Amino acid sequence: MTLQDILGNLYVFVLATFLGFEVIRRVSPLLHTPLMSLTNAISAISLVGSLVILGAQETTLTTVLGALAVTASTINVVSGFLITDRMLKMFKKREPGERGKSS
Amino acid sequence: MSTQAIFTQTTYIIAAALFILSLKWLSAVPTARRGVIAGEIGMILAIAGTLLLPQIVSYKWIILTLLIGSAIGIPIAYLMPMTHVPQRTALSHSFGGLAVGLVGTAKYYLWNQHDPERLTPFIMAVLCFEVLLGFLTFTGSLMAFGKLQELLPTRPIVYRGQNFVNLSVLAIAVAIGVYLTINPAQIGLFPIFIALALAFGVMLILPIGGADMPTVIALLNSYAGISASAMGFVLQNKLLIIAGALDGSSGFILSIIMCKAMNRSFTNVLFGAFGQVSPQALKAEERTVRSATPEEAADILLAASSVAIIPGYGMAVAQAQHKVRELFDLLTRRGIDVKFGIHPVAGRMPGHMNVLLAEADIPYDRLLEMEDINSELPHTDVALVIGANDVVNPAAKHDKNSPIYGMPIIEADRARTVMVIKRSMNPGFAGIENELYYMDKTLMLFGDAKAYLSELVKVIGQEK
Repeated sequence: MTLQDILGNLYVFVLATFLGFEVIRRVSPLLHTPLMSLTNAISAISLVGSLVILGAQETTLTTVLGALAVTASTINVVSGFLITDRMLKMFKKREPGERGKSS
Repeated sequence: MSTQAIFTQTTYIIAAALFILSLKWLSAVPTARRGVIAGEIGMILAIAGTLLLPQIVSYKWIILTLLIGSAIGIPIAYLMPMTHVPQRTALSHSFGGLAVGLVGTAKYYLWNQHDPERLTPFIMAVLCFEVLLGFLTFTGSLMAFGKLQELLPTRPIVYRGQNFVNLSVLAIAVAIGVYLTINPAQIGLFPIFIALALAFGVMLILPIGGADMPTVIALLNSYAGISASAMGFVLQNKLLIIAGALDGSSGFILSIIMCKAMNRSFTNVLFGAFGQVSPQALKAEERTVRSATPEEAADILLAASSVAIIPGYGMAVAQAQHKVRELFDLLTRRGIDVKFGIHPVAGRMPGHMNVLLAEADIPYDRLLEMEDINSELPHTDVALVIGANDVVNPAAKHDKNSPIYGMPIIEADRARTVMVIKRSMNPGFAGIENELYYMDKTLMLFGDAKAYLSELVKVIGQEK
Protein backbone atom coordinates (compact mmCIF):
# COMPACT_ATOMS: atom_id res chain seq x y z
CA MET A 1 0.00 0.00 0.00
CA THR A 2 1.42 3.35 -0.99
CA LEU A 3 1.29 6.64 0.83
CA GLN A 4 -1.09 7.74 -1.93
CA ASP A 5 -3.58 5.06 -0.86
CA ILE A 6 -3.35 6.02 2.80
CA LEU A 7 -3.94 9.68 2.01
CA GLY A 8 -6.83 8.84 -0.29
CA ASN A 9 -8.46 6.82 2.48
CA LEU A 10 -7.90 9.60 5.00
CA TYR A 11 -9.62 12.08 2.68
CA VAL A 12 -12.59 9.73 2.40
CA PHE A 13 -12.71 9.34 6.18
CA VAL A 14 -12.57 13.06 6.91
CA LEU A 15 -15.18 13.95 4.29
CA ALA A 16 -17.52 11.16 5.38
CA THR A 17 -17.24 12.24 9.02
CA PHE A 18 -18.15 15.84 8.19
CA LEU A 19 -20.96 14.71 5.93
CA GLY A 20 -22.19 12.45 8.73
CA PHE A 21 -22.23 15.37 11.16
CA GLU A 22 -24.18 17.57 8.78
CA VAL A 23 -26.75 14.93 7.82
CA ILE A 24 -27.28 13.58 11.32
CA ARG A 25 -27.53 16.98 12.99
CA ARG A 26 -30.75 17.42 11.04
CA VAL A 27 -32.39 14.26 12.32
CA SER A 28 -35.31 15.14 14.58
CA PRO A 29 -34.82 14.04 18.24
CA LEU A 30 -38.15 12.29 17.75
CA LEU A 31 -36.29 9.72 15.65
CA HIS A 32 -33.07 9.31 17.60
CA THR A 33 -33.79 5.69 18.54
CA PRO A 34 -34.53 4.61 14.93
CA LEU A 35 -31.46 6.63 13.90
CA MET A 36 -29.28 4.59 16.20
CA SER A 37 -30.63 1.28 14.98
CA LEU A 38 -30.32 2.35 11.35
CA THR A 39 -26.70 3.51 11.68
CA ASN A 40 -26.05 0.23 13.49
CA ALA A 41 -27.38 -1.73 10.55
CA ILE A 42 -25.39 0.41 8.10
CA SER A 43 -22.11 0.03 9.97
CA ALA A 44 -22.66 -3.73 9.94
CA ILE A 45 -21.42 -3.34 6.36
CA SER A 46 -18.26 -4.71 8.00
CA LEU A 47 -20.03 -7.89 6.86
CA VAL A 48 -18.34 -7.50 3.46
CA GLY A 49 -14.93 -7.75 5.12
CA SER A 50 -15.92 -10.85 7.06
CA LEU A 51 -17.39 -12.46 3.93
CA VAL A 52 -14.07 -12.22 2.09
CA ILE A 53 -12.21 -13.77 5.03
CA LEU A 54 -14.72 -16.60 5.38
CA GLY A 55 -15.02 -17.25 1.66
CA ALA A 56 -11.28 -17.26 1.00
CA GLN A 57 -10.81 -20.18 3.49
CA GLU A 58 -7.10 -19.63 3.93
CA THR A 59 -6.47 -21.19 7.33
CA THR A 60 -8.75 -22.93 9.83
CA LEU A 61 -8.31 -20.04 12.26
CA THR A 62 -9.37 -17.36 9.75
CA THR A 63 -12.32 -19.48 8.64
CA VAL A 64 -13.56 -19.90 12.22
CA LEU A 65 -13.08 -16.20 13.03
CA GLY A 66 -14.69 -15.26 9.72
CA ALA A 67 -17.69 -17.50 10.38
CA LEU A 68 -18.27 -15.89 13.78
CA ALA A 69 -17.86 -12.40 12.31
CA VAL A 70 -20.28 -13.06 9.45
CA THR A 71 -22.88 -14.43 11.87
CA ALA A 72 -22.53 -11.44 14.22
CA SER A 73 -22.72 -8.88 11.38
CA THR A 74 -25.65 -10.63 9.71
CA ILE A 75 -27.60 -10.47 12.96
CA ASN A 76 -26.97 -6.71 13.05
CA VAL A 77 -27.86 -6.13 9.41
CA VAL A 78 -31.09 -8.13 9.54
CA SER A 79 -32.36 -7.08 12.96
CA GLY A 80 -31.16 -3.47 12.52
CA PHE A 81 -33.07 -2.74 9.32
CA LEU A 82 -36.17 -4.68 10.34
CA ILE A 83 -36.52 -3.15 13.80
CA THR A 84 -35.94 0.36 12.42
CA ASP A 85 -38.79 -0.15 9.99
CA ARG A 86 -40.97 -1.64 12.74
CA MET A 87 -40.39 1.45 14.88
CA LEU A 88 -40.96 3.92 12.05
CA LYS A 89 -44.28 2.26 11.17
CA MET A 90 -45.55 3.26 14.61
CA PHE A 91 -45.04 6.98 14.09
CA LYS A 92 -48.41 8.29 12.92
CA LYS A 93 -49.83 11.76 12.52
CA ARG A 94 -53.21 12.49 14.01
CA GLU A 95 -56.02 11.48 11.66
CA PRO A 96 -59.13 13.36 12.80
CA GLY A 97 -61.52 10.79 11.29
CA GLU A 98 -59.96 7.98 13.25
CA ARG A 99 -60.29 9.55 16.66
CA GLY A 100 -62.66 8.05 19.14
CA LYS A 101 -62.22 4.38 18.45
CA SER A 102 -60.47 3.91 21.76
CA SER A 103 -59.52 0.32 22.42
CA MET B 1 -8.28 -3.69 -12.55
CA SER B 2 -10.38 -6.63 -13.69
CA THR B 3 -13.96 -6.18 -14.88
CA GLN B 4 -15.09 -8.04 -11.80
CA ALA B 5 -13.22 -5.68 -9.47
CA ILE B 6 -14.69 -2.67 -11.28
CA PHE B 7 -18.16 -4.15 -10.90
CA THR B 8 -17.64 -4.70 -7.17
CA GLN B 9 -16.30 -1.17 -6.69
CA THR B 10 -19.33 0.20 -8.57
CA THR B 11 -21.72 -1.57 -6.21
CA TYR B 12 -19.74 -0.11 -3.29
CA ILE B 13 -19.99 3.43 -4.64
CA ILE B 14 -23.73 3.09 -5.16
CA ALA B 15 -24.07 1.57 -1.67
CA ALA B 16 -22.15 4.49 -0.12
CA ALA B 17 -24.46 6.98 -1.87
CA LEU B 18 -27.54 5.04 -0.75
CA PHE B 19 -26.34 4.96 2.87
CA ILE B 20 -25.95 8.74 2.89
CA LEU B 21 -29.41 9.19 1.32
CA SER B 22 -30.75 6.73 3.86
CA LEU B 23 -29.62 8.91 6.77
CA LYS B 24 -30.77 12.06 5.02
CA TRP B 25 -34.27 10.65 4.53
CA LEU B 26 -34.39 9.53 8.14
CA SER B 27 -34.32 13.16 9.28
CA ALA B 28 -38.12 13.50 9.17
CA VAL B 29 -40.96 11.06 9.75
CA PRO B 30 -42.64 11.29 6.29
CA THR B 31 -39.49 10.18 4.41
CA ALA B 32 -37.96 7.99 7.13
CA ARG B 33 -39.18 4.63 5.87
CA ARG B 34 -37.82 5.42 2.42
CA GLY B 35 -34.49 5.86 4.20
CA VAL B 36 -34.66 2.30 5.53
CA ILE B 37 -35.36 0.95 2.03
CA ALA B 38 -32.41 2.90 0.60
CA GLY B 39 -30.16 1.44 3.30
CA GLU B 40 -31.40 -2.08 2.59
CA ILE B 41 -30.81 -1.78 -1.15
CA GLY B 42 -27.32 -0.42 -0.51
CA MET B 43 -26.56 -3.31 1.80
CA ILE B 44 -27.82 -5.96 -0.65
CA LEU B 45 -25.83 -4.40 -3.51
CA ALA B 46 -22.64 -4.32 -1.46
CA ILE B 47 -23.07 -7.94 -0.35
CA ALA B 48 -23.78 -9.08 -3.92
CA GLY B 49 -20.74 -7.18 -5.20
CA THR B 50 -18.58 -8.81 -2.53
CA LEU B 51 -19.79 -12.35 -3.20
CA LEU B 52 -18.66 -12.03 -6.83
CA LEU B 53 -15.06 -11.33 -5.83
CA PRO B 54 -12.59 -13.95 -7.16
CA GLN B 55 -11.00 -14.40 -3.68
CA ILE B 56 -14.11 -16.18 -2.52
CA VAL B 57 -13.57 -19.86 -3.27
CA SER B 58 -16.35 -21.48 -1.26
CA TYR B 59 -19.90 -20.44 -0.53
CA LYS B 60 -20.78 -23.29 1.80
CA TRP B 61 -19.93 -21.51 5.06
CA ILE B 62 -21.10 -18.15 3.79
CA ILE B 63 -24.59 -19.43 3.06
CA LEU B 64 -24.76 -21.28 6.37
CA THR B 65 -23.62 -18.32 8.49
CA LEU B 66 -25.85 -15.86 6.62
CA LEU B 67 -28.80 -18.17 7.33
CA ILE B 68 -27.88 -18.55 11.01
CA GLY B 69 -27.47 -14.78 11.38
CA SER B 70 -30.83 -14.13 9.74
CA ALA B 71 -32.51 -16.83 11.81
CA ILE B 72 -31.33 -15.02 14.95
CA GLY B 73 -31.83 -11.47 13.62
CA ILE B 74 -35.42 -11.78 12.38
CA PRO B 75 -36.96 -12.92 15.69
CA ILE B 76 -34.95 -10.24 17.54
CA ALA B 77 -36.42 -7.56 15.27
CA TYR B 78 -40.03 -8.71 15.52
CA LEU B 79 -40.31 -10.11 19.04
CA MET B 80 -38.28 -7.57 21.02
CA PRO B 81 -40.70 -5.41 23.04
CA MET B 82 -40.20 -1.68 22.49
CA THR B 83 -39.26 -1.20 26.15
CA HIS B 84 -36.28 -3.50 25.44
CA VAL B 85 -34.97 -1.58 22.43
CA PRO B 86 -32.03 -0.17 24.45
CA GLN B 87 -30.96 -3.73 25.30
CA ARG B 88 -31.13 -4.77 21.65
CA THR B 89 -29.14 -1.72 20.69
CA ALA B 90 -26.46 -2.52 23.26
CA LEU B 91 -26.31 -6.11 21.99
CA SER B 92 -25.95 -4.98 18.41
CA HIS B 93 -23.07 -2.65 19.33
CA SER B 94 -21.47 -5.62 20.99
CA PHE B 95 -21.90 -7.87 17.92
CA GLY B 96 -20.59 -5.06 15.72
CA GLY B 97 -17.50 -4.65 17.91
CA LEU B 98 -16.98 -8.41 18.01
CA ALA B 99 -17.13 -8.77 14.21
CA VAL B 100 -14.64 -5.94 13.73
CA GLY B 101 -12.27 -7.34 16.37
CA LEU B 102 -12.42 -10.84 14.87
CA VAL B 103 -11.74 -9.62 11.33
CA GLY B 104 -8.74 -7.63 12.58
CA THR B 105 -7.43 -10.67 14.43
CA ALA B 106 -7.92 -12.95 11.41
CA LYS B 107 -6.08 -10.49 9.16
CA TYR B 108 -3.20 -10.18 11.60
CA TYR B 109 -2.61 -13.93 11.88
CA LEU B 110 -3.07 -14.43 8.15
CA TRP B 111 -0.64 -11.72 7.10
CA ASN B 112 1.83 -12.54 9.84
CA GLN B 113 2.02 -16.09 8.49
CA HIS B 114 1.77 -15.63 4.71
CA ASP B 115 2.35 -12.01 3.83
CA PRO B 116 4.40 -10.27 6.55
CA GLU B 117 5.40 -7.36 4.30
CA ARG B 118 1.75 -6.23 4.26
CA LEU B 119 2.00 -5.46 7.99
CA THR B 120 3.48 -2.00 7.47
CA PRO B 121 3.67 0.26 10.53
CA PHE B 122 0.62 2.22 9.36
CA ILE B 123 -1.50 -0.89 8.78
CA MET B 124 -0.31 -2.44 12.03
CA ALA B 125 -1.13 0.71 14.02
CA VAL B 126 -4.62 0.93 12.52
CA LEU B 127 -5.13 -2.80 12.99
CA CYS B 128 -4.21 -2.56 16.68
CA PHE B 129 -6.56 0.40 17.06
CA GLU B 130 -9.32 -1.55 15.32
CA VAL B 131 -8.85 -4.65 17.46
CA LEU B 132 -8.59 -2.66 20.70
CA LEU B 133 -11.71 -0.61 19.99
CA GLY B 134 -13.63 -3.56 18.55
CA PHE B 135 -13.08 -5.86 21.52
CA LEU B 136 -13.59 -3.19 24.16
CA THR B 137 -16.87 -2.25 22.46
CA PHE B 138 -17.79 -5.95 22.51
CA THR B 139 -17.40 -6.46 26.27
CA GLY B 140 -18.39 -2.89 27.17
CA SER B 141 -21.67 -3.23 25.31
CA LEU B 142 -22.30 -6.63 26.84
CA MET B 143 -21.91 -4.97 30.25
CA ALA B 144 -24.29 -2.22 29.19
CA PHE B 145 -26.73 -4.91 28.09
CA GLY B 146 -26.39 -6.64 31.46
CA LYS B 147 -27.09 -3.41 33.31
CA LEU B 148 -30.07 -2.51 31.13
CA GLN B 149 -31.51 -6.01 31.43
CA GLU B 150 -30.79 -5.78 35.17
CA LEU B 151 -28.73 -8.96 35.09
CA LEU B 152 -26.08 -6.78 36.72
CA PRO B 153 -26.63 -4.16 39.42
CA THR B 154 -27.59 -0.85 37.79
CA ARG B 155 -25.88 1.17 40.51
CA PRO B 156 -22.25 2.05 39.73
CA ILE B 157 -19.76 -0.56 40.96
CA VAL B 158 -16.76 1.26 42.37
CA TYR B 159 -13.65 0.50 44.38
CA ARG B 160 -10.66 2.52 45.56
CA GLY B 161 -8.17 3.41 42.86
CA GLN B 162 -10.54 2.28 40.12
CA ASN B 163 -9.66 5.01 37.66
CA PHE B 164 -5.97 4.30 38.21
CA VAL B 165 -6.42 0.57 37.57
CA ASN B 166 -8.55 1.21 34.48
CA LEU B 167 -6.13 3.69 32.99
CA SER B 168 -3.20 1.37 33.74
CA VAL B 169 -4.87 -1.49 31.85
CA LEU B 170 -5.51 0.84 28.93
CA ALA B 171 -1.95 2.15 29.07
CA ILE B 172 -0.48 -1.39 29.02
CA ALA B 173 -2.74 -2.31 26.08
CA VAL B 174 -1.66 0.81 24.17
CA ALA B 175 2.00 0.11 24.96
CA ILE B 176 1.67 -3.43 23.59
CA GLY B 177 -0.11 -1.99 20.54
CA VAL B 178 2.77 0.41 19.93
CA TYR B 179 5.29 -2.41 20.40
CA LEU B 180 3.39 -4.59 17.92
CA THR B 181 3.34 -1.70 15.46
CA ILE B 182 7.13 -1.61 15.56
CA ASN B 183 7.59 -5.41 15.76
CA PRO B 184 4.60 -7.00 14.03
CA ALA B 185 6.24 -10.42 14.25
CA GLN B 186 5.76 -10.62 18.06
CA ILE B 187 2.78 -12.91 17.61
CA GLY B 188 2.81 -14.07 21.24
CA LEU B 189 1.80 -10.62 22.44
CA PHE B 190 -1.35 -10.49 20.34
CA PRO B 191 -3.56 -12.69 22.59
CA ILE B 192 -2.47 -10.61 25.61
CA PHE B 193 -3.41 -7.48 23.70
CA ILE B 194 -6.88 -8.92 22.96
CA ALA B 195 -7.34 -10.00 26.59
CA LEU B 196 -6.50 -6.49 27.83
CA ALA B 197 -8.95 -4.93 25.36
CA LEU B 198 -11.71 -7.29 26.52
CA ALA B 199 -10.93 -6.59 30.18
CA PHE B 200 -10.85 -2.82 29.66
CA GLY B 201 -14.34 -2.91 28.10
CA VAL B 202 -15.73 -4.54 31.25
CA MET B 203 -13.87 -2.21 33.60
CA LEU B 204 -14.93 0.89 31.70
CA ILE B 205 -18.65 0.19 32.17
CA LEU B 206 -18.55 -1.16 35.77
CA PRO B 207 -18.59 2.29 37.43
CA ILE B 208 -21.35 3.68 35.19
CA GLY B 209 -24.83 3.87 36.64
CA GLY B 210 -28.18 3.24 34.98
CA ALA B 211 -28.99 6.95 34.70
CA ASP B 212 -26.00 7.43 32.40
CA MET B 213 -26.97 4.62 30.05
CA PRO B 214 -28.29 6.93 27.28
CA THR B 215 -24.87 8.60 27.02
CA VAL B 216 -22.94 5.35 27.28
CA ILE B 217 -25.01 3.64 24.60
CA ALA B 218 -24.44 6.59 22.29
CA LEU B 219 -20.73 6.54 23.05
CA LEU B 220 -20.44 2.80 22.39
CA ASN B 221 -22.34 3.38 19.15
CA SER B 222 -19.64 5.83 18.18
CA TYR B 223 -16.88 3.36 19.10
CA ALA B 224 -18.50 0.62 17.03
CA GLY B 225 -18.59 2.98 14.04
CA ILE B 226 -15.02 4.21 14.39
CA SER B 227 -13.71 0.65 14.74
CA ALA B 228 -15.59 -0.35 11.56
CA SER B 229 -13.99 2.62 9.82
CA ALA B 230 -10.53 1.53 11.04
CA MET B 231 -11.28 -1.89 9.58
CA GLY B 232 -11.87 -0.13 6.26
CA PHE B 233 -8.33 1.28 6.43
CA VAL B 234 -6.89 -2.18 7.13
CA LEU B 235 -8.85 -3.84 4.33
CA GLN B 236 -8.44 -0.93 1.90
CA ASN B 237 -12.19 -0.69 1.60
CA LYS B 238 -13.62 2.82 1.21
CA LEU B 239 -17.22 1.71 1.68
CA LEU B 240 -16.34 0.49 5.18
CA ILE B 241 -14.54 3.75 5.91
CA ILE B 242 -17.60 5.77 4.87
CA ALA B 243 -20.22 3.64 6.65
CA GLY B 244 -18.10 3.49 9.81
CA ALA B 245 -17.53 7.25 9.76
CA LEU B 246 -21.28 7.89 9.40
CA ASP B 247 -22.03 5.59 12.34
CA GLY B 248 -19.20 7.08 14.37
CA SER B 249 -20.33 10.66 13.87
CA SER B 250 -23.94 9.73 14.60
CA GLY B 251 -22.99 8.13 17.91
CA PHE B 252 -20.79 11.08 18.75
CA ILE B 253 -23.53 13.65 18.07
CA LEU B 254 -26.00 11.67 20.15
CA SER B 255 -23.58 11.39 23.07
CA ILE B 256 -22.96 15.14 22.98
CA ILE B 257 -26.72 15.75 23.02
CA MET B 258 -27.10 13.38 25.97
CA CYS B 259 -24.24 14.99 27.89
CA LYS B 260 -25.70 18.46 27.33
CA ALA B 261 -29.11 17.25 28.44
CA MET B 262 -27.58 16.21 31.75
CA ASN B 263 -25.07 19.07 31.97
CA ARG B 264 -22.22 16.61 32.27
CA SER B 265 -18.91 16.18 30.50
CA PHE B 266 -17.66 12.97 28.88
CA THR B 267 -15.02 12.53 31.57
CA ASN B 268 -17.66 12.97 34.23
CA VAL B 269 -19.92 10.34 32.67
CA LEU B 270 -17.07 7.87 32.19
CA PHE B 271 -15.21 8.38 35.44
CA GLY B 272 -17.67 10.19 37.69
CA ALA B 273 -19.68 7.17 38.94
CA PHE B 274 -22.80 9.32 39.12
CA GLY B 275 -25.52 8.22 41.50
CA GLN B 276 -23.44 5.93 43.71
CA VAL B 277 -23.92 7.82 46.96
CA SER B 278 -26.97 9.82 47.84
CA PRO B 279 -26.34 11.90 50.96
CA GLN B 280 -29.53 13.90 50.38
CA ALA B 281 -31.62 10.77 50.52
CA LEU B 282 -30.45 10.09 54.05
CA LYS B 283 -31.64 13.29 55.69
CA ALA B 284 -35.26 12.76 54.77
CA GLU B 285 -36.83 15.70 56.52
CA GLU B 286 -40.55 15.60 57.14
CA ARG B 287 -42.31 17.99 54.85
CA THR B 288 -45.95 18.00 53.98
CA VAL B 289 -47.29 17.26 50.54
CA ARG B 290 -50.81 17.51 49.18
CA SER B 291 -52.23 14.37 47.68
CA ALA B 292 -55.36 13.85 45.62
CA THR B 293 -57.73 11.01 44.79
CA PRO B 294 -58.42 10.00 41.18
CA GLU B 295 -61.80 11.76 41.40
CA GLU B 296 -60.20 15.05 42.43
CA ALA B 297 -57.52 14.70 39.77
CA ALA B 298 -60.18 13.99 37.14
CA ASP B 299 -62.08 17.16 38.06
CA ILE B 300 -58.95 19.27 37.72
CA LEU B 301 -58.08 17.73 34.35
CA LEU B 302 -61.60 18.24 33.02
CA ALA B 303 -61.61 21.87 34.11
CA ALA B 304 -58.35 22.51 32.23
CA SER B 305 -58.10 23.72 28.67
CA SER B 306 -54.48 22.69 28.20
CA VAL B 307 -52.57 19.76 29.68
CA ALA B 308 -48.89 18.91 29.34
CA ILE B 309 -47.96 15.32 30.11
CA ILE B 310 -44.32 14.77 31.11
CA PRO B 311 -43.45 11.08 30.97
CA GLY B 312 -40.32 9.48 32.37
CA TYR B 313 -38.90 6.02 32.35
CA GLY B 314 -41.12 5.12 35.33
CA MET B 315 -44.07 5.25 32.95
CA ALA B 316 -42.47 2.63 30.73
CA VAL B 317 -41.51 0.46 33.69
CA ALA B 318 -45.15 0.46 34.85
CA GLN B 319 -46.22 -0.34 31.24
CA ALA B 320 -48.60 2.62 31.48
CA GLN B 321 -48.23 3.93 27.89
CA HIS B 322 -51.55 2.55 26.73
CA LYS B 323 -53.44 3.99 29.69
CA VAL B 324 -51.76 7.33 28.97
CA ARG B 325 -53.07 7.06 25.45
CA GLU B 326 -56.63 6.40 26.69
CA LEU B 327 -56.37 9.47 28.92
CA PHE B 328 -55.05 11.44 25.94
CA ASP B 329 -58.02 10.31 23.82
CA LEU B 330 -60.62 11.14 26.48
CA LEU B 331 -59.23 14.61 27.13
CA THR B 332 -58.65 15.42 23.45
CA ARG B 333 -62.21 14.42 22.61
CA ARG B 334 -63.43 16.96 25.14
CA GLY B 335 -61.49 19.66 23.35
CA ILE B 336 -58.65 19.82 25.84
CA ASP B 337 -55.28 20.52 24.25
CA VAL B 338 -52.96 17.70 25.35
CA LYS B 339 -49.26 17.76 24.58
CA PHE B 340 -46.29 15.70 25.71
CA GLY B 341 -42.97 17.13 26.87
CA ILE B 342 -40.07 14.79 26.20
CA HIS B 343 -36.76 15.36 27.95
CA PRO B 344 -33.78 14.19 25.86
CA VAL B 345 -32.74 11.69 28.54
CA ALA B 346 -36.23 10.37 29.30
CA GLY B 347 -35.94 6.63 28.79
CA ARG B 348 -32.87 4.45 28.57
CA MET B 349 -31.51 5.61 25.21
CA PRO B 350 -31.80 8.70 22.99
CA GLY B 351 -35.34 9.05 21.65
CA HIS B 352 -36.63 6.00 23.53
CA MET B 353 -39.67 7.76 25.03
CA ASN B 354 -40.89 8.90 21.61
CA VAL B 355 -40.86 5.31 20.35
CA LEU B 356 -42.77 4.08 23.40
CA LEU B 357 -45.45 6.76 22.99
CA ALA B 358 -45.66 6.24 19.24
CA GLU B 359 -46.17 2.54 19.90
CA ALA B 360 -49.14 3.47 22.08
CA ASP B 361 -50.58 5.31 19.03
CA ILE B 362 -50.02 8.82 20.29
CA PRO B 363 -49.65 11.06 17.22
CA TYR B 364 -46.04 12.17 16.91
CA ASP B 365 -46.95 15.82 16.30
CA ARG B 366 -48.10 15.90 19.95
CA LEU B 367 -44.61 14.95 21.20
CA LEU B 368 -42.72 18.16 21.93
CA GLU B 369 -39.03 18.65 22.60
CA MET B 370 -37.92 20.20 25.86
CA GLU B 371 -37.44 23.77 24.54
CA ASP B 372 -40.85 23.78 22.84
CA ILE B 373 -42.81 22.51 25.82
CA ASN B 374 -40.96 24.90 28.15
CA SER B 375 -42.15 27.92 26.19
CA GLU B 376 -45.73 26.64 26.53
CA LEU B 377 -45.71 25.54 30.16
CA PRO B 378 -46.21 29.02 31.73
CA HIS B 379 -49.65 29.20 30.11
CA THR B 380 -50.54 25.54 30.54
CA ASP B 381 -53.25 24.68 33.06
CA VAL B 382 -52.02 21.29 34.23
CA ALA B 383 -48.62 19.63 34.04
CA LEU B 384 -49.04 15.89 34.63
CA VAL B 385 -45.74 14.22 35.52
CA ILE B 386 -45.77 10.43 35.10
CA GLY B 387 -42.76 8.47 36.30
CA ALA B 388 -40.31 11.33 35.75
CA ASN B 389 -38.32 12.85 38.59
CA ASP B 390 -34.94 14.50 38.12
CA VAL B 391 -35.86 15.97 34.72
CA VAL B 392 -38.56 18.13 36.37
CA ASN B 393 -36.59 19.05 39.51
CA PRO B 394 -36.47 22.87 39.83
CA ALA B 395 -33.33 22.52 42.00
CA ALA B 396 -31.41 22.09 38.74
CA LYS B 397 -32.06 25.76 38.03
CA HIS B 398 -31.23 27.46 41.31
CA ASP B 399 -29.68 25.12 43.89
CA LYS B 400 -25.93 25.26 43.37
CA ASN B 401 -25.41 22.41 45.86
CA SER B 402 -27.63 20.00 44.00
CA PRO B 403 -25.82 17.25 42.05
CA ILE B 404 -28.04 18.04 39.08
CA TYR B 405 -27.45 21.81 39.18
CA GLY B 406 -27.26 23.21 35.65
CA MET B 407 -29.06 20.32 34.00
CA PRO B 408 -31.72 21.57 31.59
CA ILE B 409 -35.14 20.55 32.87
CA ILE B 410 -38.75 20.55 31.76
CA GLU B 411 -40.18 23.41 33.79
CA ALA B 412 -43.28 21.65 35.08
CA ASP B 413 -43.22 24.00 38.10
CA ARG B 414 -44.29 26.88 35.85
CA ALA B 415 -47.65 25.34 34.93
CA ARG B 416 -50.70 26.58 36.88
CA THR B 417 -51.24 23.22 38.57
CA VAL B 418 -48.79 20.34 38.80
CA MET B 419 -49.83 16.73 39.30
CA VAL B 420 -47.28 13.99 39.89
CA ILE B 421 -48.08 10.29 39.70
CA LYS B 422 -45.60 8.54 41.93
CA ARG B 423 -45.40 5.34 43.91
CA SER B 424 -44.17 6.90 47.13
CA MET B 425 -42.06 9.78 48.35
CA ASN B 426 -38.82 7.81 47.86
CA PRO B 427 -36.27 9.83 45.91
CA GLY B 428 -35.56 8.83 42.33
CA PHE B 429 -32.69 7.20 40.55
CA ALA B 430 -30.05 9.75 41.49
CA GLY B 431 -31.33 9.86 45.06
CA ILE B 432 -32.07 13.58 44.94
CA GLU B 433 -34.93 15.23 46.83
CA ASN B 434 -37.38 16.98 44.47
CA GLU B 435 -38.83 20.24 45.76
CA LEU B 436 -41.45 20.22 43.04
CA TYR B 437 -43.44 17.79 45.18
CA TYR B 438 -43.67 20.24 48.07
CA MET B 439 -44.93 23.25 46.11
CA ASP B 440 -48.33 24.66 46.98
CA LYS B 441 -49.67 24.08 43.50
CA THR B 442 -48.51 20.48 43.38
CA LEU B 443 -50.80 17.50 43.95
CA MET B 444 -49.23 14.11 44.50
CA LEU B 445 -51.17 11.23 42.99
CA PHE B 446 -49.81 8.24 44.91
CA GLY B 447 -49.92 4.83 43.29
CA ASP B 448 -48.62 2.64 40.52
CA ALA B 449 -48.74 4.67 37.31
CA LYS B 450 -50.78 2.11 35.40
CA ALA B 451 -53.26 1.45 38.22
CA TYR B 452 -53.72 5.15 38.97
CA LEU B 453 -54.23 6.03 35.30
CA SER B 454 -56.77 3.22 34.93
CA GLU B 455 -58.76 4.74 37.80
CA LEU B 456 -58.43 8.19 36.29
CA VAL B 457 -59.57 7.01 32.87
CA LYS B 458 -62.54 5.20 34.44
CA VAL B 459 -63.65 8.29 36.39
CA ILE B 460 -63.30 10.61 33.39
CA GLY B 461 -65.06 8.11 31.12
CA GLN B 462 -68.08 8.00 33.44
CA GLU B 463 -68.42 11.74 33.67
CA LYS B 464 -70.62 13.09 30.93
